[in-house]
Amino acid sequence: MTAIPTAAALPRARRLSATPGQIALALAIAAFLLLFLGLPVGTVLYVAFTEKGTSTFTLVNFYDFFRTELFMRSLWNSFYVSAMSVVWASVFALPLAYLTTRFVFRGALLVQTLGFLPLIMPPFVGAVAMQLFFGRNGSVNLLLDDWFGFKIGFMEGLNGVIFVQSVHYFPFILINLSAALRNIDRAMEEAAQNLGSSGFRLFRRIVFPLALPGYLAGASLVFVKVFDDLATPLLLNVKDMLAPQAYLRVTSIGIADPMGYVISVVLIVASVVAMWLSALALKGRDYATTQRGGGGLARRKMTPWEAVLGYGVVILILALVLAPHLGLLLLSFATIWSFSPLPDGFTTAHYARVFGESSLYIKNTLIYATLAGGIDIVLGVAIAYLVLRTKLIGREWLDWAASAALAIPGVVLGIGYLRTFYGVTLPDGTPLATLWITIVLALAIRRLPYALRACYAALQQISVSLEEAAENLGATKARTVRRVVVPLMAGGILAGFVTSFSTAAVELSATLMLVQSNSDAPLAYGLYVFMQSAAGRGPGAALGVVAVLLVALCTFISHVIIERSQKAKGMGH
Amino acid sequence: MRMAIDMNAIAPLTTPAVSVDIEGVNLSYGDNHVLKNVDLAIRPGEFFAFLGPSGCGKTTLLRLIAGFNQADTGRVTIGGKDISTLPPWKRDVGMVFQSYALWPHMSVARNVAFGLEERGVGRDEVKRRVGVALDLVGLGHLAERRPSQLSGGQQQRVAVARTVAVEPKVLLLDEPLSNLDAKMRVQVRRELRDLQQRLGLTTIFVTHDQEEANTICDRIAVMNDGIVQQVGTPMELYEHPANLFVANFLGTANILDGKVAGTGADRHFDIEGGLRLPIAADAEVPEGAKLVFRPQHANLAQPSAAAAGPGLALPCVVAHREFLGASVRYGVKIGTTEVAVDMPFQSGRDLHEIGAAATVTLSPHALIWLAR
Repeated sequence: MTAIPTAAALPRARRLSATPGQIALALAIAAFLLLFLGLPVGTVLYVAFTEKGTSTFTLVNFYDFFRTELFMRSLWNSFYVSAMSVVWASVFALPLAYLTTRFVFRGALLVQTLGFLPLIMPPFVGAVAMQLFFGRNGSVNLLLDDWFGFKIGFMEGLNGVIFVQSVHYFPFILINLSAALRNIDRAMEEAAQNLGSSGFRLFRRIVFPLALPGYLAGASLVFVKVFDDLATPLLLNVKDMLAPQAYLRVTSIGIADPMGYVISVVLIVASVVAMWLSALALKGRDYATTQRGGGGLARRKMTPWEAVLGYGVVILILALVLAPHLGLLLLSFATIWSFSPLPDGFTTAHYARVFGESSLYIKNTLIYATLAGGIDIVLGVAIAYLVLRTKLIGREWLDWAASAALAIPGVVLGIGYLRTFYGVTLPDGTPLATLWITIVLALAIRRLPYALRACYAALQQISVSLEEAAENLGATKARTVRRVVVPLMAGGILAGFVTSFSTAAVELSATLMLVQSNSDAPLAYGLYVFMQSAAGRGPGAALGVVAVLLVALCTFISHVIIERSQKAKGMGH
Repeated sequence: MRMAIDMNAIAPLTTPAVSVDIEGVNLSYGDNHVLKNVDLAIRPGEFFAFLGPSGCGKTTLLRLIAGFNQADTGRVTIGGKDISTLPPWKRDVGMVFQSYALWPHMSVARNVAFGLEERGVGRDEVKRRVGVALDLVGLGHLAERRPSQLSGGQQQRVAVARTVAVEPKVLLLDEPLSNLDAKMRVQVRRELRDLQQRLGLTTIFVTHDQEEANTICDRIAVMNDGIVQQVGTPMELYEHPANLFVANFLGTANILDGKVAGTGADRHFDIEGGLRLPIAADAEVPEGAKLVFRPQHANLAQPSAAAAGPGLALPCVVAHREFLGASVRYGVKIGTTEVAVDMPFQSGRDLHEIGAAATVTLSPHALIWLAR
């Protein structure tokens, strides 16, 4: 980070929009974003809109895309799977969020914590475990067949993708909806009761509309995530969806084939449209957090019948969403698990193999995710500071550009990196795209929006007067940032780092494209390779368990640190 | 900014006023006894205040009437009908929340229409009554705005309109002025009083501000520590406080500690510090009483001045002096106790200097004797 000179040292700087240090910092960030986000995405767009091998503008690639029956089916399938995943994720999340925020509910904290668990495992890993429980010859269907003589196709074709994705991504809706419900001013609900409203009418007319922004934020995230996901459909052997098609085109037909790029553009457009629609629906509705009176809905005691029903629903949903974890754990210790409800025998050999020959994957993941998280919080703090604390012209553009990464699917970024940096060679002739640092940069760009939002929120909560007090007592801007701003932001910065780290650790969409040799591969890639063969599933599951534990441990430690630092600052409860 | 009140417009909103009776109400949260044996009789059409410091139980009592809190014992009747067991949505008491609680996802008109819709009022009738209610608070032209587009004072009026639109039997106001700036507060409290007078609606107003309660309420219940300390008109409370808490909470009160001694004509009051004061024969002085008087009821005179007639003269030393505009407030020491004395300010007249000796003179009717 460059030093930021004081305004006082440069009397003329007052006339400018910012100090030279701030301008230099902004330009450096802009250059980074342009090089590693703008250029790859621009390249993808360029290739999609030009004739193969020339630089002539053409729409013929898109004409081909819309004429090909496979692509149109893939497009429809991607939409269908994403929309149905949102529906099912809502079915899982709504009861959990409503019951735990609206009623006196024993274990509300446990439910909320367990509800997060699916997020810390790559969905494609869960897919394998789900096959074992819910597949054609999985535990549930074997038992159903024994007892009732029929099977249910939970995991058949698109249904399998929908099932896995909704179980995996429903926490996004749960988290956002719960937060929105908790933030509703209790007086909002009481005012409606005072005017004669109660029961379901009260929920429909007041509570749900007030929580709608939270719900839509979660729902649009689920839609986009599912639309972009590459590994889950591939692992479930569903190829006629858009993201897998993009990957298969580039890897099987070649990097010069324009179809992969056209599909990429369609993926970007779908992402942008989904986000734009949710933003449009939320326009002028940023009221989920208007809170002046007592916070949160009034919690009501459940009648015995309501309690039986409520706990029953919650336990059923939790059993369902935790099934992948349980399945993975069983699989990692199983000798053989096929055509039987439970494994035939148990062994620790898979773990021995993982820690022996596959420890390289773990090491790589730790390095990549740490570096990516580090880059993200440095950029996040810098951008947040420039946007919130300076008057630099065009500073919002940095924020927008960094956040734009949200709309770029991982597979698109991967394709963009390959195409852009393959031609750039180091002095010894190795292409830049084959270096492991490319993976780190892709991960950093992918996760930057999350870290940025965390840093932004942390800085927003710090009163400017705290900084002015430091400057008044003689600290320069740079020293104020170092001694006052960053320590006060520490909790938010750490939260941003952990979000980046833990999601980068299990990311596959972008890295699947960029991993060139097994020795550079991160954990998620190793998992993917293992899971593709029946023999590799045991060690793969063991590796998956390691990944889950790794991410869970990091999240837990950071949670403890944040709690402790907030208590020390008297901000805790 | 004044509310334009059209008597014809509000005619449909006026309903016969009812009484509110609170009998033997107790409420505890665990070990915390929040309301202790509260009895209150609020008359039909009265503008009544619950006044007290924060944590005295006044808001709890208001929310109990609205049905958001449940009493452990006792009952609440409105117009003679026991409503203690009814849920909030069946009570027909209108509450204006401290935060206004306007729903941000609805326009002003939709907010006001809400209660009517919940009551199954027909669409045309809803429209008409929303218009009447908004005209009543002078906001008819802002019906299609969102609450977030209104100023604090306008939001407050929408909250009032939303509540009176359903023609509640009783109007409850929870600190309705606390989110307004000082100037708006004076204006809005007058408007509230006007509105209440014209609607003739029994109204209960919760506040911690004695000036607000004094200026707009017919009667006040002063509360402290979950107990109703005294009920009366603002002037009664000020002139004849029932105890030291009420004397102190309404205006400034000087309190002199001492002992009553002697009997009959020889009765006197020994102030800490050695001063002895005669007690008038007709004065009612309870056991263990303290002497209480208001700063503006005392007079600060030259050191050797004598009291007029049967009054008291207390030698003192001037410790502080504050110029307040219309008056000068002196802090004077009588023995070891410091008391406040307000003197009207008149230009040209000499002021008492700090450190100088003086005399506080008190007429007999300025004296209040309170034991606790």
